[in-house]
Amino acid sequence: MAWFKRESGELDTSGEKKVRTEGLWVKCESCRQIIWKKDLEDNMNVCPKCDKHFRIDARTRLAQLLDDNQYETFDGNISSTDPLKFVDLMPYSSRLKQAQKDTGLKDAIINSQGKLLGRPVVASVMEYAFIGGSMGAVVGEAITRAVERAADTRMPLIIVSASGGARMMEGVISLMQLAKISAALARLDEAKVPFISLLTDPTTGGVTASFAMLGDLNIAEPGALIGFAGPRVIEQTIRQKLPEGFQRSEFLLKHGMLDAVVPRLEMKAYISTALKFFVD
Amino acid sequence: MDSDANVAVPVEEAAEAHPAWRRVQLARHPKRPHSLDYIQRLVTDFQEIHGDRNFGDDPAIVAGLGQFEGRAVMWVAEQKGRDTKQKLYRNFGMPKPEGYRKALRAMQLAAKFGRPIITLLDTPGAYPGIDAEERGQAEAIARNLREMARLPVPVVVVCIGEGGSGGALALGVGNTVLMLENAVYSVISPESCASIIYRDSGKAEQAAAALRLAAEDLLSLGLIDGIVPEPPGGAQEDPAAAAEFLRGHLVLRLDELAGMSGDQLVNHRYAKFRKMGNFFA
Ligand SMILES: [Zn+2]
Repeated sequence: MAWFKRESGELDTSGEKKVRTEGLWVKCESCRQIIWKKDLEDNMNVCPKCDKHFRIDARTRLAQLLDDNQYETFDGNISSTDPLKFVDLMPYSSRLKQAQKDTGLKDAIINSQGKLLGRPVVASVMEYAFIGGSMGAVVGEAITRAVERAADTRMPLIIVSASGGARMMEGVISLMQLAKISAALARLDEAKVPFISLLTDPTTGGVTASFAMLGDLNIAEPGALIGFAGPRVIEQTIRQKLPEGFQRSEFLLKHGMLDAVVPRLEMKAYISTALKFFVD
Repeated sequence: MDSDANVAVPVEEAAEAHPAWRRVQLARHPKRPHSLDYIQRLVTDFQEIHGDRNFGDDPAIVAGLGQFEGRAVMWVAEQKGRDTKQKLYRNFGMPKPEGYRKALRAMQLAAKFGRPIITLLDTPGAYPGIDAEERGQAEAIARNLREMARLPVPVVVVCIGEGGSGGALALGVGNTVLMLENAVYSVISPESCASIIYRDSGKAEQAAAALRLAAEDLLSLGLIDGIVPEPPGGAQEDPAAAAEFLRGHLVLRLDELAGMSGDQLVNHRYAKFRKMGNFFA
């Protein structure tokens, strides 16, 4: 992989330099500065120059949220049956195999149980790298089980969303997962077990229109794309350009849809303080 | 979507439209009966109620009190328009957040007075617009899903035309979910699906087949409870007969649920949705 992508109007780097710096530097797509990769990682993958929050995978997220990177995973063995035998440009079954190989996961979710600043929690984290974090029967079942585990054990629930929405290749079965998870959340609500929904870049479609918006607190990372309809769909429908910052975390905060926009470096402390209010 | 190969899967040119695509066309037929066409035929003493008590009244959703075969029933329905003026007024049947919030208000009102609820689904989808996003389209749909799950009264859902993804499901969490014979219910419109997977919205016919969106598909996948037959050629050929078929099925389904307590109804609804979706374990 090149150490940064060439963009039109910008100088390319020499091949020689590329070889020497391979993997050590990254370019921030927001401020366009070149960052020492270790500095970025030490800063939780937030640009030290401009605070751009880079996307991170589910395992990195869990390492950032749970104490000592120690947690037990569960429901990691369930996998898709390809219920519709869906074929687009390639069979869905091949797409699944490829995504499983790339991520080491059976589907776009990790269910875990660990401690957050000493407090036991259930954390269900979506993996965007697995077919766009889309939700089919497996993700729906896993999240429902996480909700049920939180209700049974009375451990607070944290769901971290990163998803393009329902998984088209499982058709209406994907859609019905919205109802399934939301029904489980009604039970969790009645059990008065706290649920923190953390929305990260991007969270759209049926995921936003179900569990992601149903937290006791809905919080988001700065600059995350969050919405129901995708920006392209809206542009095509209304045939006008969308305003700057539309469907970003700060836009949702301004319009009353989020409790807070929380920087990644403060996230763990923020959630811990909130849980203390709800539980202790 | 992921990157894809440049080689398209060869698809045989069908001599006539795929059955799934014919269903889509019937579900969207310009003369197909809309929600109010059924309500007018089935309900007496209908009193429409308006507004979400928050922002406005959304004409893409009709809610109202009415008498149906000896019962007081709350009706909540997505409404399309017939002529251009009506289509614009109803926003082509695409509800905004205030529509979903009105729907929930009506359903919770029914729950307060122990009245069963019948919802009719018929929408291309929830409205994708700037104002809808600003007012929380996603939150409105999400809240309906959660709150419908715990309504302590019977909820019967009928997809009468287009079941357009989350925009339909937001009124779709019922104890009993039915589809009319030529209705479709889908996670995405065939056109949008085709433009994503084939980069060509003109291949909607293929996408319609792949999505398994017809009533028999949903029944065989265990996602709905029954199919309401339509007159030969489709409901548009004889709306009065279509309404009578629907009447019969609604009476039957309300009777099935009539003896259940509030808790039983909530548990019944939970169990029904809880088992949707298979997986290898
Ligand atoms: Zn930067």
